[in-house]
Parts: sequence; structure tokens; C-alpha cells
Amino acid sequence: MGVAVVDAVRATTTTPLPTPPPQGGREQTESVAQVAPVVEILSADKVFPNGTRALAPIDLKISDGEFLTLIGPSGCGKSTLLKLIANLIEPSDGRILWWSGGFDKVGAADRSLAFVFQDPTLMPWARVETNVRLPLDLARMPKAESRGRVADALARVGLDGFARAYPRQLSGGMKMRVSIARSLVTEPNLLLMDEPFGALDEFTRNRLDADLVRLWWERKLTTVFVTHSIYEAVFLSTRVVVMGARPGRVFKTMTIDEPHPRDEGFRNSPHFAEYCRALSAALTEVSLEQMQR
Amino acid sequence: MPSPLKSFARSDAATSIAAPVLVGVVMIVLWEIGCRAAHVPIYLFPKPSDIALKLASDYTTLLGALGITLRIALQAFGAAIVLGTLIAFLFVQSRAIEKSFFPYAVLLQVTPVVAIAPLIIILVKNTQVALTVCATVVALFPIIANTTLGLRSVDPGLVSLFRMNKAGRLQTLIRLRIPSALPYFFGGLRISSGLALIGAVVAEFVAGTGGRGSGLAYEILQSGFQLDIPRMFAALFLITVAGVGLFTVMTGLSKLALGQWHESEVGAEA
Repeated sequence: MGVAVVDAVRATTTTPLPTPPPQGGREQTESVAQVAPVVEILSADKVFPNGTRALAPIDLKISDGEFLTLIGPSGCGKSTLLKLIANLIEPSDGRILWWSGGFDKVGAADRSLAFVFQDPTLMPWARVETNVRLPLDLARMPKAESRGRVADALARVGLDGFARAYPRQLSGGMKMRVSIARSLVTEPNLLLMDEPFGALDEFTRNRLDADLVRLWWERKLTTVFVTHSIYEAVFLSTRVVVMGARPGRVFKTMTIDEPHPRDEGFRNSPHFAEYCRALSAALTEVSLEQMQR
Repeated sequence: MPSPLKSFARSDAATSIAAPVLVGVVMIVLWEIGCRAAHVPIYLFPKPSDIALKLASDYTTLLGALGITLRIALQAFGAAIVLGTLIAFLFVQSRAIEKSFFPYAVLLQVTPVVAIAPLIIILVKNTQVALTVCATVVALFPIIANTTLGLRSVDPGLVSLFRMNKAGRLQTLIRLRIPSALPYFFGGLRISSGLALIGAVVAEFVAGTGGRGSGLAYEILQSGFQLDIPRMFAALFLITVAGVGLFTVMTGLSKLALGQWHESEVGAEA
């Protein structure tokens, strides 16, 4: 068991900083190449109309069934990259391919993508069940068919008894659970989460992290997760991408080689601390390197 | 030390209904006592009891007049809702449309109805229709402005969510834009209902003696000419009651539609 720090495909051109794995780790060059990628990002970059370069050309493969976390300092383009994958914005150059029986443009596959925002983003006028059912309603699925799926999604996030409640009656953590249930209800192939628990207190966040990792394990739902929290990244991910800023780029990739299902025991284990230390070191490195630029 | 007044004030239901009623009763009693003590002549400033007597004796004509005024106000209010909502929907279709036409909506709002009422009354043959048009002009703007604002005030996160789920234009309108606009729309209704009544009364004043089928403004004018001041006050009282009634109905509707979820109504409940 060890931390594998892998240089990204398009890592920094400056001198590679030696980061010895804390515990006799093994070097991996193509740690996840065996699994078919779900999304392949081919030198996609993003320059905003005002000339700001949000992302340098990025190459990244997201493999089927992995839990990939994007972490990095503010302004490193984590959210921009996630929005590119979600097809919410278009890359300025390069391509983002999407596997749906053959590589295609992202979003071309029908409703196989779900996005969880920073805020719960619920309709305040609609009951919890209506909020969760929204993607199915928009797809014009008959109520008879969607009812069971809504109930199932609510049960999976632990909100069985709250179908008839209004969002204002729920706590912040529960609202986020509704948001997650809404993303699960379409049974997507890819789940994208943009700092979903950033606004929650630490206890609530830890509980939601534990539930999320369980949900992911049950379905092996390919997930791309953006966070600021080192602990959250280590606890959840199978692979962590450390990003650098100005312009946003992939700095390092780190595999969290810890068996699932993970629970609070992992959080208190020495491995967890080692991974956190290694990830923290990588983040320090990227910010130091940024200052030298 | 808990005084009975303090514990009374603490109860919310009591304060919102009983307190204003109490203030009203005290004012009326003071008014009655003041007029009696100072021997104010009835043709200068009548006592509340004079007004009440006049209301009781002339109620058929006064209530008939109230009915006419209310009918004009409600017709105008209805027209303003339909027109205002349609115009708001037109405005949110594109910024270019809004920018081109919004100044004219403002123009409509800032022009005093007293100034344009004679013109409308000349142009429109039927007096009743002319009065309705005047009142509509007054009541229209709050509906346009509020509904436009509401249709634009949509949570950008929800817009992204709808787009990501490939929602159509109509789906987005019905499931997102209209519900988001409702609190603003009801705010507009509350303002507009009162304005429709004011518009109707002002237009009646300008139209003057319409002969048959005249509203409360005509009753006030007539009472003025005849120095029947208690009747004037009685008519005024009916206008006020009608205005408060309209406002209450609108507040009730708003509560009915938003009570379950919107902060404004949820807060009022607590």
C-alpha cells in the first residue's frame, strides 16, 4: 500500500520536483490505462472572451468507474474544466470526447450526464419529490414510471420521509442530499460535482462524504469531483488531479490506492494521514512554482 | 412587570387585526367628541355619526354608485393584468424589444391620468369604455415592470440545470420562469389593484356628470355642489372600503399561491 504520484500527461515544463512517496510507493505511468475511458480530453483549453486564459491545453482521460477529484488553488480552472466536461461551455481549442458506444462529442449521448452544483439549486416552489423528478419530467417520462425512480433515489440519499417537504423546511445538508438524489434519478454514466459540500459545516460534510463514497461504490458511477479540501479529496477519490493556476493546468496526478468501501476507519488510519501529507506537499509545490512564474 | 397591554401586543394575531381596529375606534371617538365639543357645523366637518346616518339613509344610491365604480376598476384591473403580462412576456423575449419599448411604458406611467383623461373621453364614444381605458392606463405599469423583473429573476443555477437536461423553451417557461416570476407578479397585483380604483375615480371626476350610471366620484361632486358634506364623506368612506377590500383580496391570493414556499408569505405566517 502506498501513494503513487504520477506526473500528468502535460505536466509543468519546469524542473520536476522530486516527491518521494512517503512509504515505498510505486511509480506508475499509466495507472488506469487498462480501463476504458468514459471521457477523453484532448488538448482542450479555454480562453474567455475578455482574453483571460482559464485553462492551458489539457489532456486527461476519465476512466469508467473511477472517482476522480480535481483539487488546486483558487483560479486553477477546476470548475472551468468541470463545465467543459459537462458541455456547459465550449473549449476554445481541442476536443472533449465522450464514450457512448463510440467516441462522440460530450453531451451527445442522451441524458447520461448529471451535474451537482455548489449550491443545492432547488426550485423553492416545488416539493422535494418534484425537484428530484425534474430531469425525468423534462425528458417527458410518464409519472407512473418516474414515481418509483424518485422514491428509489430519495431512499438512496436517506431522505425517505421527506418527499412531500418543501426545500425551505430542510437543513443545508438535506438540501444537498436532494440535489444528489436529483442527479442520481436519471441513472447517469457520469456524475460531475462542483464543490458540492463546500458551504456545509465539517460534521455534515464528513457524513455526506461517507454517504457519497458508499453510493459511488454501490453503482461504480464514474464521478468527477471538485473540492478545496485535501481530506475530502483523499477520503473519496481513486485518483486526485492536482491543478495549478495562471493558466489552469494539470500539475500532478495521484492515485489513492485504498480499498473500498471506505468508512470512518480510513479517515483515522495512518494511510489517510500519509496521503493527506503527500497531497498537501503537491499543493505547496504547485503554489511555490506558481510564485516563481 | 408584565402589563396587560404588553402581553396583548406580544400576540401576533391580536396586533395585526385588533390593534389597527382599536386605533380606528379611538380616532372616531375623538373625532365625534371633538366635533361635538367645538360645535363644528355639519356643512364644514360632519361628525362620524352624521356620516353613518347618511350612509344608512342613502345606501341604495351610494351602493349603486360604488358598484359602477368598482365595475370600472375591476374591468381595468383585468385588462391591465392581461395586457401587462403579455407585454412583460414580449419584453423578456429580447433585450432589444425591452429597450425599444420600455421608455414608452414609463411615459404611460408618468403622464398624469387627469391630463389624458379628457382626450380619451373625447376619442372613445362610450363613456364607460373610456373610463375603463383611463383606469387601465394607470394600473398597467406596475404589472409590466414587476412581471418583467420577475421573469428575468431566475436562479442562474436552475437555468444551467434546465439547459443541461435539454429543456425546451416552453418547458423552461412553464416550469422555471413563471414560478420564479410569481412573487413579483403578485407584488405588482397589489399595487395595481389600488391604482385601478384610483384611476377609475379620477377618470369619473374628469368625465363629470355622466347622467345615468354614474359612479362614486359623481356622487362626491354632486354632494359638493349641494353642500351635502356628510354624503361626500359617506362616498369617500365607500371608496376607501373598496380599496382596502381589493388589497385584502390580492394579499389573500398571494398567500394562497406563495404561502407554501416564498419567504415573504412564510415570514408573515410565523
